[in-house]
Amino acid sequence: MAEEHREIDPLTGTATTGHEWDGLRELNTPLPRWWLWLFYATIVWAIGYWIVYPAWPLVSSATQGVFGWHSRSALVTDMDELRARRGPMVAKLDAASLQEIANDPQLLEFSRALGRVAFADNCAPCHGAGGGGARGYPNLNDDDWLWGGTLAQIEQTIIHGVRSGDEKARIGDMPAFGRDGILKPDQISAVVSYVRSLSGLETRQGADLELGKDVYAQNCAACHGKEGKGNKELGAPNHTDRIWLYGSDRQTIEQAVVNGRGSVMPAWGGRLDEATIKALTVYVHTFGGGEK
Amino acid sequence: MSLDQAVRSETSLDRLVAAAEVGANAPLPDDDIPLYAPRRNIYPQSVHGTFRRIKWAVLVVTLGIYYLLPFVRWDRGPNAPDQAVLVDFPARRFYFFSIEIWPQEIYYLTGLLIIAAITLFLMNAVAGRIWCGYLCPQTVWTDLFLAIERFVEGDRREHMLRDRRHWTASTWGRKGVKHFLWLMVAWWTGGAWVLYFADAPTLVKQLATGEAPLIAYVWIGILTFTTYTLAGHMREQVCLYMCPWPRIQAALTDEYALNVTYRYDRGEPRCSVKKAEQLREKGEPAGDCIDCLQCVHVCPTGVDIRGGANLGCIQCGLCIDACDNVMTKLGRPTGLIAYDTDLNIKARLEGKPSVFQLVRMRTILYAAIIAIVGGVMIYVLATRDSEGISVIHDRNPMFVQLSDGAIRNAYTIRIVNKQLKYRNFIISVDGLPSSLVDFVGLPPRADGRQLVDVGPDQTREVRVTVTDYADTPPAPSTSILFKLIDVDTGEVAEMRDHFFGPEQKP
Repeated sequence: MAEEHREIDPLTGTATTGHEWDGLRELNTPLPRWWLWLFYATIVWAIGYWIVYPAWPLVSSATQGVFGWHSRSALVTDMDELRARRGPMVAKLDAASLQEIANDPQLLEFSRALGRVAFADNCAPCHGAGGGGARGYPNLNDDDWLWGGTLAQIEQTIIHGVRSGDEKARIGDMPAFGRDGILKPDQISAVVSYVRSLSGLETRQGADLELGKDVYAQNCAACHGKEGKGNKELGAPNHTDRIWLYGSDRQTIEQAVVNGRGSVMPAWGGRLDEATIKALTVYVHTFGGGEK
Repeated sequence: MSLDQAVRSETSLDRLVAAAEVGANAPLPDDDIPLYAPRRNIYPQSVHGTFRRIKWAVLVVTLGIYYLLPFVRWDRGPNAPDQAVLVDFPARRFYFFSIEIWPQEIYYLTGLLIIAAITLFLMNAVAGRIWCGYLCPQTVWTDLFLAIERFVEGDRREHMLRDRRHWTASTWGRKGVKHFLWLMVAWWTGGAWVLYFADAPTLVKQLATGEAPLIAYVWIGILTFTTYTLAGHMREQVCLYMCPWPRIQAALTDEYALNVTYRYDRGEPRCSVKKAEQLREKGEPAGDCIDCLQCVHVCPTGVDIRGGANLGCIQCGLCIDACDNVMTKLGRPTGLIAYDTDLNIKARLEGKPSVFQLVRMRTILYAAIIAIVGGVMIYVLATRDSEGISVIHDRNPMFVQLSDGAIRNAYTIRIVNKQLKYRNFIISVDGLPSSLVDFVGLPPRADGRQLVDVGPDQTREVRVTVTDYADTPPAPSTSILFKLIDVDTGEVAEMRDHFFGPEQKP
């Protein structure tokens, strides 16, 4: 027993605990009394916690605590506080026109901050975190806009979407020239070569560009323009530039001619409030490709 | 067996040395050791002497600085506060006379902390825990609180007597006055603390009229409580049980460091004045220590320094003053207790001279580190720029191909203006053969120049696009240099980044 081994250390005059490890003994130095009391006080404090905060799990719920504090309601409070703090700036956004927002450094900064968050929540899944786009989802950073890159045009696209079913949705129709038998395979092959030639891409040797030009003029020019510059009213892409939404290889272009295209963007008008849409518009416009 | 007993029963010097080196003199335990040790009341006696005077001087100077510094003014012009020392949390600035620190320059604090730590080590290498004895806030405030206690409740004897007798109205009254005065000092301490975080005269006015922000009152309350508790009630308990420094110090010290030391080579064997005279007449050894316990009575931590180096000793030197006073009265040489080393005691016992080796490898090294870190800090402070630029390249997309085939990269640039006036900057890019720098949402000035103005002591974030119009496509990655140029003074800040382009097809 420890009691029997307990002894007084001769040099210090302090009792030992009675424990011995390879000849080493531990002096018994008691804690100061206040320290012990502090320890008891922390226990009492912990009981206070049980009472005021949610603590004990029950069968299907937990004790609620007399403060009524709840992490979920705390979040709601925080969010309300955040909204209240943003309130004055949001009201200014509501009142200002897009051009006024773009011209006011303070509103511009606020819109870009608000827009960045809204973009990440709503737009990034298709358009990428920085609006870099992907195959079939336009890059919003470049200077090529299917439906127009001015503030007003961007806002309209966001509110009403593209082929979204919204009444004012942007609608353009790229027919399935091949599938519907409008064009024959040799015509399709020729027009694909012609379209590639418009932006200076290589064409197959012996491709009948004259035939392609002819087919283009009769079938494509109505939307894409005689010179292939596109038409933003109809969302018809510009064929003369270096930017290809789906890709510039023969097969991809052929697919478009044979089957048509019709990608969809949802209408955000009903989902996001006006200030958020304005902020998103300005944010997208400041990616670098915004048009005057 | 306690040290006292060891000393009395065994006069062999070897035994003494061994006992002094272990150096604890805890009370004999009861049969059953309790879980806790009750607090021993300490009634430190007042004392006069050299070290007491030094302590008073340090107390006046340090507390004077602490209480008055917030009111010192320092003119910085219209765009910055005129308080010499100010921690401005809302604006995220720290002002120290002519120095202004931004949050990103917090490494100066690292430098200061390194210097502070090494200075502490240097102090320790020279003279043990002189920090604890003279400069530590706990010591300084406790000293002040003890002075108040002695002023109200009397010196050691009077105070002890009054405490032990039946408490009269006078006793209660004195206790009340003491605690009131303590609370006043504690309250002033908390009050001075908050003045470092806001304009002092304004805040004083607000505090007086009850218009100060709630947080100011909360902090005054917290510091009043801690000062009153720590300096009034906890005192030596802080040094004995809470502070890590005594433990670190014990591991850092060496045998050459000066410590408040009882020179037992001269003091032992202890005997009364008369007996000492008799012994000396007979030619027998007699110690100078007359066991008057003055050194114990003046000690603020209740240590008997004659037990040797002790964890509780804060090396304040008050026992030196007390002992010197006694020795002077007895007509014996002073310095029975002095800043000395055990090494010297052993040397003297062996008949060798004392050696004070304050300049040694350890102190030289500490001093060198302080000098190097201090030098680096001064150099960095003196040569730091008053403007800065940081650049973040867009993560997605890394680059954009425009309709005409040109490649564009976008960057978020933050411009820092540390001067207290408006400044106009231009940003240029080096490293691309033909490039165009555009600011998003920032129209050119009337004269066509693309300038960015940044307010006094502010930063501004701008989105910048860089477009490469070269006929040959750029490399997948080109190192480019952003230059931020103050158009008025020509001061330049630079930042290197990259311009990305498509992977080249072989």
